This record gives sequence, C-alpha cells and structure tokens, in this order.
Amino acid sequence: MSRTLSIRGLEAGIEGKRILEGLDLEIHSGEIHALMGPNGSGKSTLANVLSGNPVYTVTGGSASLDGEDLFALSATERALRGLFLAFQYPVEIPGVTVGRFLKRALELRSEYGAKTPGSPVPEGKGDLGGYVKSLRDTMAYMEMDQSFINRYLNQGFSGGEKKRMEVLQMLMLKPAFAIIDEVDSGLDIDALKVVAKGLNRLRDDTSRDGQGFGALLVTHYRRILDEVAPDFVHVMYKGRIVLSGGPELVGELEQRGYDWVADLPVPSVAEVAS
Amino acid sequence: MKAETAYAPPVEYAQGWHDIDTSVFRTRRGLDEDIVRAISAQKNEPDWMLQFRLRSLSAFRKKAMPNWGADLSGIDFENLFYYARPQDESVKDWEDVPDSIKRTFDRLGIPEAERKFLAGVGAQYDSEVVYHSLKENLSKQGVIFTDPETAVREHPDLVRKYFGTVIPYLDNKFAALNSAVWSGGSFVYVPKGVRVDIPLQAYFRINSKSFGQFERTLIIADEGSFVHYIEGCTAPVYATESLHSAVVEIIALAGARVRYTTIQNWSNDVYNLVTKRAVAYRDAVVEWVDGNIGAKRTMKYPSVWLMGEGAHGEVLSIAFAGEGQEQDTGAKIVHGASHTSSVVTSKSISKGGGIASYRGLVKVKEGLTDVRSRVVCDALILDERSTSNTYPTMEIESDDVTIEHEARVSRIGEDQLFYLMARGFTEAEASLTIVAGFLDPLVKALPMEYAVELNRLIELEMEGTVG
Repeated sequence: MSRTLSIRGLEAGIEGKRILEGLDLEIHSGEIHALMGPNGSGKSTLANVLSGNPVYTVTGGSASLDGEDLFALSATERALRGLFLAFQYPVEIPGVTVGRFLKRALELRSEYGAKTPGSPVPEGKGDLGGYVKSLRDTMAYMEMDQSFINRYLNQGFSGGEKKRMEVLQMLMLKPAFAIIDEVDSGLDIDALKVVAKGLNRLRDDTSRDGQGFGALLVTHYRRILDEVAPDFVHVMYKGRIVLSGGPELVGELEQRGYDWVADLPVPSVAEVAS
Repeated sequence: MKAETAYAPPVEYAQGWHDIDTSVFRTRRGLDEDIVRAISAQKNEPDWMLQFRLRSLSAFRKKAMPNWGADLSGIDFENLFYYARPQDESVKDWEDVPDSIKRTFDRLGIPEAERKFLAGVGAQYDSEVVYHSLKENLSKQGVIFTDPETAVREHPDLVRKYFGTVIPYLDNKFAALNSAVWSGGSFVYVPKGVRVDIPLQAYFRINSKSFGQFERTLIIADEGSFVHYIEGCTAPVYATESLHSAVVEIIALAGARVRYTTIQNWSNDVYNLVTKRAVAYRDAVVEWVDGNIGAKRTMKYPSVWLMGEGAHGEVLSIAFAGEGQEQDTGAKIVHGASHTSSVVTSKSISKGGGIASYRGLVKVKEGLTDVRSRVVCDALILDERSTSNTYPTMEIESDDVTIEHEARVSRIGEDQLFYLMARGFTEAEASLTIVAGFLDPLVKALPMEYAVELNRLIELEMEGTVG
C-alpha cells in the first residue's frame, strides 16, 4: 500500500511571526525528496510544523497523511501513524537509557498497531531477546559502540553521535515517512558516510510490505545528496518552494548559489507531485 | 487544627483505608504530666526513664515552635491522642497478631516481604510494635533487633549508655515531644565485626484518627559491623491531621557501616516532623537514603556527625511535593575530625502547587585538615504553580577544606516533551519518563524492591498531571 504525505498552501509561524507563506509539497512512499534553501527560508519550521511541535502555529493551508488531517492529530498520534522527525538538535533526556527508550518506543508502536484495525503500522513481536539482538545489530551497522545501549539518551553525546542516534532510531522504528532536519550539519566525512549508509538501508529495506521509505531530507549542502541520491529536489525561499526538479538541480544550485531563486515564480502542486 | 479541612484525599493514595479502632488502651486527647505518667506506667518502665520523659515534657513546653521551614500552624497539640495500644503484647509469631491488624499488614505486603528478602521485620501499629522477628542465625551472632521498650527491660546498660546521647531531649521542640511520649520504634545492636548482609525492616502504620505517633529508634553498630535498616510508613486518609514525630539515633563505632533507608508515604494529612542523626567514629560510614513522597508537611534533615578520622557520611534525599504538600528536607553534616568526607545528593520534584525545599548545613569545626564535602541539589519543577527552594548553609572554620556545592533547578522542557512525543509517547508518559529519568541515579542506590516501590509511587503521584 503506497502512502502519501500531502501539504497544500501551508502557512505557519512562531511567536506571531509568519515563516511559511503558502507551501505545497507531496511525498509518496519510496520517494526521497531533498529540500534545500538558504538559512531562514523556513526548512526547519516546516519539519517542526509537520511533526506537531506545539511551539509553532499553523495559520492556513492543510497537510494530510493518507488523506487524514495531520493538524487534527497530536505529535504522539502523528508519530504512531508513521511520521518521524529526525531532529537537527536532539535534546538530552537524562536518566533514560537508549535501550529502555527504544524498547518503549517500539512497544508503543506495536500497541498502536494491535489496537488500530487496518493500521499501516505492523504489530511488533514484543520479543525482548529479539529486540536486544536487533538493537545490537543495528548499532553495529551504524558503527556505534554497544555501550550506548546503557547510556542516557543523547546525554554527553557528540554532535555526530547524536545524529547517528537519530538514524539508529529510524532504523529501529521503521517510519513510513521521515522528515530529516539537517542530519548532515556538523558531520565530518566519515560520520556523514555512516549516516548516509543508514538512510540508504532504510530506502533499500524490502521487508516493508510494499511501503517504501519516504523522506524529506532537509539540507544546505550537496555532499549528503551525493551519498543519498534524491528522487526529487526542491528549493525553498522565504517560506515557499520556488523550484522543484530532479537530482540535476543539486549541481545547478552548487554552481549558481541561491540568489537567483529569489526571482522564480512559485510552481503549482501539480508540477511538484508529477 | 480544624475539625474539617478543605483537603480532599487523593483517590490514588492506595494505603488510605483504615480499620476500626480496636485499641485496648488509649490516653485521652491532649498532653500533660498525667498522660506521660500513664504512658510510662503502661510500659512498666524504670524510674530513670519516667524522669527522662518528665524532663522532656517540660522542655517541650518551654521550646518555641520553629520559626522557619514548613507551615506548621495546623498542628493543635491539645486535640491529638498521644498513645494508643493496639494489643497487649508484641509477638514473635505472625499468627499471634490480632486478625484485624494482621489483615492491615497483609494488605501492605509486610510478612510477604519478610519471607522474600529481609533479615528481620518489625511492624508498629499506632503506638506499639505488634510484631518482631529476626532470623535465627543473626540472633545467635548476638544481633539484637527489638522494640525499645524490650531493650529498656532486657538491655538497660546499652540503652542507658546511648539513648538520648545523639539527640538530646533539649535538641528541638519535636525531639523534646518525642522524648516525653515516645512509644515503639526499633532497637538494633550489631556486635563487633558482624555483618547483617540483608536488610532489617520496620514498618510504621498509623490507624487512629488525630493521632500522634512517636516512635524512637536507636541503632548501635559496634566496631567493624554492618547493617542496613529500612523503614516504610503509611497511614489512612482522614480529614483531620495526624502527627508523626520520630527520633532516630545511630551510633556507628570505629569501622562500622550503617545504611538507613526510608520510603515515607504517609497520607497527605500527616505532619511528619522527624529528627534523625548519626554519629560516625573513626573510619565509620553512615548513609541516609531518605525518600519523602507522602505527608502534608515534612521537616526532616538527616544528619551525620563525623567525629573520628576517616569517617564518611552520605545523604541521598528524594522529595516529591504534590498538591497541598510541603517537603522541607535536606541534610546536615558536621565534620568534627580531620580526614573526613561527606556527600549530599538531593533531588526534589514539585508539582500541582507543591513546595519542595532543600535545607542543608555543612559545618567544619576549627583546626581540622583534609576535609572534603560535596553537596549537589537538583530540583525539577513540573508546572508554574509549584515551587522549589534551596537553603544551603556552610559554616567552615578550618582552612584545609574542599567544599563543592552545586544547585540546579530545571523545568520539564517543552523540547524534551516534544522529542518523546515525536517518538510516540503520550504527553503524560513523556512527563513521567522525564521525572523517572531525573530520579534514576538515586533510585539505583536503593535495593531493587524499594526502587520498584518508589517508581510505583512516583507513577501514582504523576497520574493526572497532564490534561
């Protein structure tokens, strides 16, 4: 079953300041969309608004997940329906170990799957031995030390370790759609490759019941897109998507910078969704 | 104390039921010399103890109420019952405990706990200890674990040598009150070099209404010995206040180690005003683990006097102040010898308008060298209505001293809540997870069964926090 995350005419802001000025975007299962644009264009705002961060206010437009109004759902419900936000700055949660946190997050998903008929979220096995093994394997894949299982979530992690932890969570929780907010910022080239490896594994996962991994990959830079090839590239400027196209756009942006996008007309949803 | 208060008992307080009062003897309301004499007569005490009580009563009358700390204006000393005897004798066989009392403790899981993981158990119901047991191998090694009345009769030398020496009856108004009307509690003596590897536990239950419970505990750990003593407390929920005012004295002789753990879960109409103090001699270690979840008002500052070189004192304090509660807790450490060290760790949580205050003293006497002390206070405030205070006092009279003090106050961050919600946690579970995580480093210091119990209590306190 293919799934759809659809955004139309979205207007939103923070503390009375409007940042998104009518944004249109549609993402289907199995598609990786890169979202590029200069600082302050509203990329992180979009990521937070879609995930239900209560600090932001939606003032117009709509967003839906498989036809269901996203803004009628709490952040919790959005997560349980398969939306995942990989944070640009993951917060520290003292006293809560990575192992316990992830186990509970998986339980919550399988409980939700079990009590929601026709839920796209599969019911988990609730098998602790299986869980620990799969966590250990996934950590090894992400080249993380096994001792992280017993460390407090994000506490004292380096920037790169925090980013790997976000990707590890995605690999464990297998969301339908991930909004990945600058997962590449502050990473050296080796760490970047590991993060990209994780994202590609999600993309190549064939055990997902026909639901390919859909992602909105928010970034400033080309280098992550060299590792995780996007299907679509969008350029954001002043709260709108002003240009959409294929992977070739990445090279063009690198050559020309962002200044020229200011003069572009806003494309219609039909063009974006193609 | 008003007969009716606006306080509504929380439905989630699981130990809030009470049994019909079937006490075999109780004093009338109020406190005077006749009542003190009546209590003493009930216990067939020697005259020296009666005289001690009478001196204490006079000190209680002269001493002023503390003019700091929690609001105690609701206490009406004239309206309280100071003594109620639930049965005739303390027994050693659980089967001999009267059925109604047995049912109470069964519901609280006491004998079950004993079978599972305790070396000895004492159970106090209102004024008297109704049951006491100690594993045979320990009594054979000379360990004494009994109620203080029995100790006065059977071990008068030990009692006269130590009773009231760590906390004199003149210490404060509530210590004076306890000294005048004390009843029940525990007496523990661990002989030289004996290690009691699994904990001894005492369980305190108030059943009567408008009641004052004044247990008295004296623990003597002889040279090189070890003991871990645990106390738990609950009471029914009434609409009128009760008073719990205990005195706990610990003597850790050279090289001894004593750990004293409290999980206090009095109902939210109990005034809990307790004096706890330990003396640690050469190379001795005393640790207080003090968890305060219940009670309307708590004022309690477990203390360690480090009187011999090499002594170490440690206090771990956990306080949860919910609606209508004021937890005024902390620690006092007095360094009275060189080469001594201390650590105080306090974690408090306040919610629903609750007030959690850390009040601590670190004192280093004159002319000492190589003294180290570290105090860390963390407070978590869950909403705008709640309060956290920190009152650290340092009195340092020596130079060769290393003192560290850290205090942190945090609120549950919106960003932490959002992070967990974005992983599928409900807002309520996200808050509880953050609170449990905040306490985790301390809970780990508890024996497993108590860690589970503490987590369960926190969970109950957190219910209905959100939305």
